[in-house]
Amino acid sequence: MRHLLSIADLDRSGIEEILDLAESFREVTRRDIPKVPALRGKVVVSLFYEDSTRTRISFETAAKRLSCDVMAFSVASSSIAKGESLRDTVRTIEAMGIDAVVVRHQAAGTPRRIAGWIDAHVVNAGDGCHQHPTQALLDAFTLRSHLGPRLDGAHVAIVGDILHSRVARSDALAFAALGARVTLVAPPTLLPSTTAGWPVDVRHDLDDLLPDLDAIVMLRIQRERQAQSRFPSLREYTDRFGLTVERARRLRPDALIMHPGPMNRGVEIAAEVADGPRSVILEQVANGVSVRMAVLYRLLAGGATGFGGTGFGGTGGADAPGGETTGRG
Amino acid sequence: MADLVIKGGTVLDTAGERVSDVLIRGGHVVDVGPGLSGDEVLDASGCLVTPGLVDVHVHLREPGMEEAETIETGARAAALGGYTAVVAMPNTTPALDDPIVVRAVLAAARHASCEVASSGAITRGRKGEELAPLGEMHALGVRLFTDDGDCVADAGVMRRALEYSRMLPGAVISQHAEDPDLVAGGAMHEGEWSSRLGIPGRPAAAEEVIVARDVILAGLTGARVHFQHVSTAGAVELVRQAKARGLAVTAEAAPHHFTLTDECCASFDPLFKVNPPLRTAADLAAIKAGLADGTIDCVATDHAPHPTEAKERPFAEAPSGMLGLETALALVWDELVEPGVLTPVQAFAACSWNPAAIAGLGHHGGPVAADAPANLCVFDPALRWEVDPGRLASRARNTPYGGRRLTGKVRHTVLHGDVVVRDGTATR
Repeated sequence: MRHLLSIADLDRSGIEEILDLAESFREVTRRDIPKVPALRGKVVVSLFYEDSTRTRISFETAAKRLSCDVMAFSVASSSIAKGESLRDTVRTIEAMGIDAVVVRHQAAGTPRRIAGWIDAHVVNAGDGCHQHPTQALLDAFTLRSHLGPRLDGAHVAIVGDILHSRVARSDALAFAALGARVTLVAPPTLLPSTTAGWPVDVRHDLDDLLPDLDAIVMLRIQRERQAQSRFPSLREYTDRFGLTVERARRLRPDALIMHPGPMNRGVEIAAEVADGPRSVILEQVANGVSVRMAVLYRLLAGGATGFGGTGFGGTGGADAPGGETTGRG
Repeated sequence: MADLVIKGGTVLDTAGERVSDVLIRGGHVVDVGPGLSGDEVLDASGCLVTPGLVDVHVHLREPGMEEAETIETGARAAALGGYTAVVAMPNTTPALDDPIVVRAVLAAARHASCEVASSGAITRGRKGEELAPLGEMHALGVRLFTDDGDCVADAGVMRRALEYSRMLPGAVISQHAEDPDLVAGGAMHEGEWSSRLGIPGRPAAAEEVIVARDVILAGLTGARVHFQHVSTAGAVELVRQAKARGLAVTAEAAPHHFTLTDECCASFDPLFKVNPPLRTAADLAAIKAGLADGTIDCVATDHAPHPTEAKERPFAEAPSGMLGLETALALVWDELVEPGVLTPVQAFAACSWNPAAIAGLGHHGGPVAADAPANLCVFDPALRWEVDPGRLASRARNTPYGGRRLTGKVRHTVLHGDVVVRDGTATR
């Protein structure tokens, strides 16, 4: 694996390999001193064109726990604000001698373009409405830690603004690749024009579905979508698609409630539900660090780093199959 | 006065094909027949000798974006592509919405490698609100009026433009048919690929609602409407029905719309970003069928140069458009003539005399006959070449065909009797 740009670049075994590795790193994060020298001397740059404190901190924490040197490239105070092109920016950073760049960008495809311009490894930390692969991996990791190592047959619903959601595009591919049944739930105005070729079912009604679910992923709904005539009001949205206390009661007692954050409490999810016993929302955040450690290790260790002592040997190596269509059924 | 003879080729024009030499003197063809001789000889063995190509849709970027193209470089690219006349689009800075700017463009084009006709904007500043001085620009020779780059979205404004144009002989209102509300924020065709890639889409319906509306307005006003870069199966069908009803409707298609599909955008390379966007394989087939049955009258490149750095921006943020002048005829030959979609005569009709008629460029488009102006293209249909973006004459490099192997290349181009391209090399 040279880059992590899209879940579509991974097959089932590629995903499982990362998740298995993340299990080992979760053990590391629970130690008194949660740090290992696995990637000592490696330089990781976080390049965030779009504000995302939580994802950036998660990646930086993961990198530091692997003893990487971490540099944060801040868009507001940098040459980007002075009009430097994306290509010049990343080539300039690379010239300083770096091993990986973690990219968040508001436009779909930017990490893939960057991967074509530099030799360093590129990790997509979210690109427009396209992909957010580490979010999907940490969501799959969270599902596995509750539902068992195999997700075959598990039913997961992803509810909300699918159209604008890189999390939905990534989760759907990852969950389906692991054998889960995925149902997308949204009004037609918040769905892509077609989901032909997606490994999912699509529904416009949440209520019928609730008793059948093993997990439900609620997506953030943005107020600006109302101004685009995608729904008439937040009240009507919540009424039809919000995970209210009443709806949460109709879920099975062991069903997991997930949200990639940040939440709009009272809109797509009721506060009591978000804080309730079946919510694994904070666990998702914690798992994010382990999963991102696994991704960075997988990309940067390359089999060359001596780290046999904790059982991470043999994880570097062969490239994952590429291409947008991989794993789309 | 020196004679120029084009020897050993096959003349192809409205009258069909015949093996003939062509003798040129004083800017005109003086004789067509076997065994002609002259002071200067252009070898045309194995080649087609045709009327020069005409492109009713090019962006030469002057004035205002000379870092991407100038009238000089764009006209040179056109000549190398076999074109002897092009119509420059009005989305310059300032826009071609005023006689002063039109006059400046025509003056700058006087010694260019091909004839450059100026279009005129339909509305002031291409804002779609008030009519530009269509009559004043018509008096300078402007025949094709368009707000290209933007659609005349207001149906009332479009109606008035059509009505007003009826008193201007030869005038045609040329529409960039994409409803701005339906394409808002879109960067590629809305469909399976945009859904997967998370790139905001421009639906086929955005093009089709405007084509349908303007067909109805053509019926209401009796004016001539030309649809630019038709790209969807639905739009082709609407034009087909309008023609069947006898309306004065014409249409063009761009080479990229019969050679590339929206799947190209999976690379996220903005070289494949264009408006209207690359569509599906079914749309591509419909464009070919429309060219074959004459629904689509002509091929127009929508040659749209952009600086490399602009095309290195993220897909959604990069400007739209791609180069076309130097690859168009080879793509027509490779993708339409070789597979039998068009006959050679149909292909040159679409690239030469049909567009000449639409744009009122009567001294282009042939026939290749005595007393006709000597605006000619000599095309070698067997020459194989590879598109090298670095070697294009255009100032910009944004061709989506870099590295593609094509068959068929323009060997010589003659403009008003002068050899402006000799053996694939521009002389001006």
